[in-house]
Amino acid sequence: MQLAASLRAVSFAYPGGPAVLSDVDLDVRSGEFVGIAGPNGGGKTTLVRVALGLERPQTGQALLYGQPAHRFTQRVRLGYLAQRTMLGIDAPVSVAELVAAGRVPRRGLARPFGSADRGAVESAIERVGLADRADAPIQRLSGGQQQRAYIAKALAGEPDLLVLDEPTAGVDADAQESFAALLEQLHAELGATILYVSHEFGAVERYVERLILVRGGITFDGSPSELPSPWHDPSHVHP
Amino acid sequence: MSILDADFMRLAFATGAVVGLLAPAVGFFLVQRRMSLIGDGIGHAAFAGVAAGYLLGVSPVATALVASIAAAVGIEWLRSRGGTAGDQALALVFYTGIAAGVVLVSAAGALNANLFAFLFGSILTVTKSDLALVASLGVAGLALVVILYRGLVAVSLDPEGARVSGLPVAFLNVVLAGLAGVTIAVSMRVVGILLIAALMVLPVIAAGRIAWSIRSTFVLAMGIGLLSVLAGLTVSYYADLAPGGAIVLLAAAVTMGAIGVQAARS
Repeated sequence: MQLAASLRAVSFAYPGGPAVLSDVDLDVRSGEFVGIAGPNGGGKTTLVRVALGLERPQTGQALLYGQPAHRFTQRVRLGYLAQRTMLGIDAPVSVAELVAAGRVPRRGLARPFGSADRGAVESAIERVGLADRADAPIQRLSGGQQQRAYIAKALAGEPDLLVLDEPTAGVDADAQESFAALLEQLHAELGATILYVSHEFGAVERYVERLILVRGGITFDGSPSELPSPWHDPSHVHP
Repeated sequence: MSILDADFMRLAFATGAVVGLLAPAVGFFLVQRRMSLIGDGIGHAAFAGVAAGYLLGVSPVATALVASIAAAVGIEWLRSRGGTAGDQALALVFYTGIAAGVVLVSAAGALNANLFAFLFGSILTVTKSDLALVASLGVAGLALVVILYRGLVAVSLDPEGARVSGLPVAFLNVVLAGLAGVTIAVSMRVVGILLIAALMVLPVIAAGRIAWSIRSTFVLAMGIGLLSVLAGLTVSYYADLAPGGAIVLLAAAVTMGAIGVQAARS
């Protein structure tokens, strides 16, 4: 099966800092739903940033669909919800406007939206259950609804690889659970590859096919059911 | 005698209308990126450009246009590639611009009424050739904003997500910086270098308080900018006031009113 993302012997450190990742090897196959967990500061976000070509590793290589990640030429295939994503602007933003912004890379910079684009935006909003709030300013939605709107934005570009970095940070447990169930449903319906990063993997471990624990390197890679039982305890200190 | 019977007022209204629409349209994206004061930095570089024009004996508007675009692109480069914080990049260009302006003005011996026309605006002395320049650059700038509107919004909302998905974020940032430079250069005659940033920022702040979406904020900001210019010119004509100051004071009054409306709602 085609590999969506690969890391080959990747090591990475921020300028002047200690190594964040050391000699990491990872293959993510197309269509997988992968949870990436681990303690804060363990390198989860760095791992996905390297995988997406946002950071260049000092040694090793990151590949996206077989191409070097930093020179990947088919970026419209990627959807990314960054850690602590917040609205970059002060003006009121409707849900439909936020989601439409996710369609622009797929449509092209200066080309006006066609019916297919408007359909993709509407479909994405419906999929996350916000059809009745499409015209509402996102600033007036709950934290959970805002996260759904951001997911819809990523979905509007019809990505093959969707990377979500701590998408439910600051959202209550019920909303996290509901969010994880939504992702499982989207994964089943769309068949996209999903990388879901979270330091609290309790909400997603029932849904992901594969769990990767990161702490400077990969300390576990397998089915969530294979995870040693103490690690399911949120208070457990990962080795 | 009607206000529109005078040639100079018709030219002033036409020039002001272009600037009243262009300045908030470009300023909208600057305000959303929390770069509201960039217009001041570019304006001071434009001052150096005007002074260079006098020194070289060429059109001060043309040299101000070059200086404004260079300053705007320079700020963007310092911010994105030079490892300099946005406010520090702005400060560097701001002070370099004003210092270069002072040096060039003294070298050219140009501390006269013509220079003050650029500093404080002199829309009532606009000529047909001035209008042609403002209109052509203004319409081209507005057309570019409209064409790139969705891309500029996408990058403003989520720069990193846009970059991952392949939008040319650096290119759009440079285009926006260039547009800011053009806006400053063509607006100098309307409200003056010292006040132009106000016309790029105040209508956007006002619109954001009463609008309900990005698009409505954008359109309302342009409407408030246009209204401020036309009403400010009218008031200045009948009350014999400085047009640039009257325009900006009206925009400030609308902004304070909008803030009041928002406070009353919440």
